Amino acid sequence: MSEQDSTDVREVVINYYDGTSRTAKIYDREIPYPEGKLIVSRTDTKGIITHANQAFVDMSGYSQDELIGKNHYILRHPDMPSVAFAGLWETIEAGNKWHGYVKNLRKDGAYYWVKATVIPNIRNGVVVGYTSVRRKPSRSKIAESEALYKTLM
Amino acid sequence: MILNLTVSPDFAPDHISGWYIFNTWLQRQLGTRVHLELYDCFDKQREDIKAGKFDLVYANPFDASMLVRELGFKAVVRPLAKPDETIIATNAESTINNVEDLQPGCQLVATDDPDVNRIGMIMLEPADLDGDNTKLKTVDSYIIVAKHLLNQQADAGFFLKDAYDELSDLIKNQMKVLVSSEISVVHHALLVGPKLQQYIPQIQKFLLNMSSNEKGKGVLESMDLDGWEVMTDEETEFMIDLIDTLID
Ligand SMILES: Cc1cc2nc3c(=O)[nH]c(=O)nc-3n(C[C@H](O)[C@H](O)[C@H](O)COP(=O)(O)O)c2cc1C
Repeated sequence: MSEQDSTDVREVVINYYDGTSRTAKIYDREIPYPEGKLIVSRTDTKGIITHANQAFVDMSGYSQDELIGKNHYILRHPDMPSVAFAGLWETIEAGNKWHGYVKNLRKDGAYYWVKATVIPNIRNGVVVGYTSVRRKPSRSKIAESEALYKTLM
Repeated sequence: MILNLTVSPDFAPDHISGWYIFNTWLQRQLGTRVHLELYDCFDKQREDIKAGKFDLVYANPFDASMLVRELGFKAVVRPLAKPDETIIATNAESTINNVEDLQPGCQLVATDDPDVNRIGMIMLEPADLDGDNTKLKTVDSYIIVAKHLLNQQADAGFFLKDAYDELSDLIKNQMKVLVSSEISVVHHALLVGPKLQQYIPQIQKFLLNMSSNEKGKGVLESMDLDGWEVMTDEETEFMIDLIDTLID
């Protein structure tokens, strides 16, 4: 990000649902989705990351060690309305599959868009965690989502 | 006792004899008769599996989901270093250079391989393409998929990457790859039916030792496999969950 103009950077305080918050550097710079890959992670029932594949590590900019054990909101971008995630949790806690378009925040402050699908992991009838698999979204879906999310902020 | 074995119809035709050789090898190891039945059509095979005809199935990842979650099969091993990946290709001379160049109404060509077709459709989503705004022609083999591209009878074709790689250079040189999946955790698996689960440790042991003796190695080569590795219940569940996210 060395060539970034410092005027592209803003500092934003992100408040999480659990009462914690952090100040994040935000660059208005999109990193293209890696062709042909799926970005995969798993969490426990509270949303704590238990597994991340290599594409997840590469795209998020965090190492495996930095991700495992962290809350998945580590990727929360301030342009994402919290109602989108409320819908996610309501859907998966009811045992259903959730689809949505998500703008994610990288460690370096840049962002990437994904089409995400989250499902509950059911073992012997009990939900033991969740799996999220992301794929490359179309530009038209990103534009639609951007417009929609602005109205929900 | 007779064990009934079947193999997902998506392997390259040159390896048919390899599966018969494997059948004979397995029979010797287990000291029991093994009957191999091959299909050239996914639907008919699925019907017979659901009817309880088989004890051992070498399944493609999408069928593995059905076998485990609906029929109580258990995965025993998976082929070593052989993930199922999908390629979307077009004619080398085509003006289409990436997936996003494909337009609604375009003509696709594919086999009836369910996992390749599902992943292929997912890789078309960035172009806002789906089953409703594309035309799909289903043909019998990957050679015929390639022919459709060479003859410009289709704008893009779906291939199992292994099958694409095995096409002759003469054919490959007349095509270009638009996108190649790198999923790496979706693969075939050998599954054992609910009636035979007490034999799993034994079957697993024979299969894992296969690559460490000459005879077994020869059999693996004839099936175009490097060997097998254990697939735990949790690895199987993980793969099935992942596949579940890819089905709408
Ligand atoms: C399996 C799984 C994957 C998730 N992936 C993301 C993600 O990639 N980006 C994100 O911002 N939130 C993701 N979430 C949602 C977060 O848990 C969290 O709800 C969200 O970041 C909003 O933060 P908040 O709940 O503190 O408002 C995921 C949740 C689950 C269960």
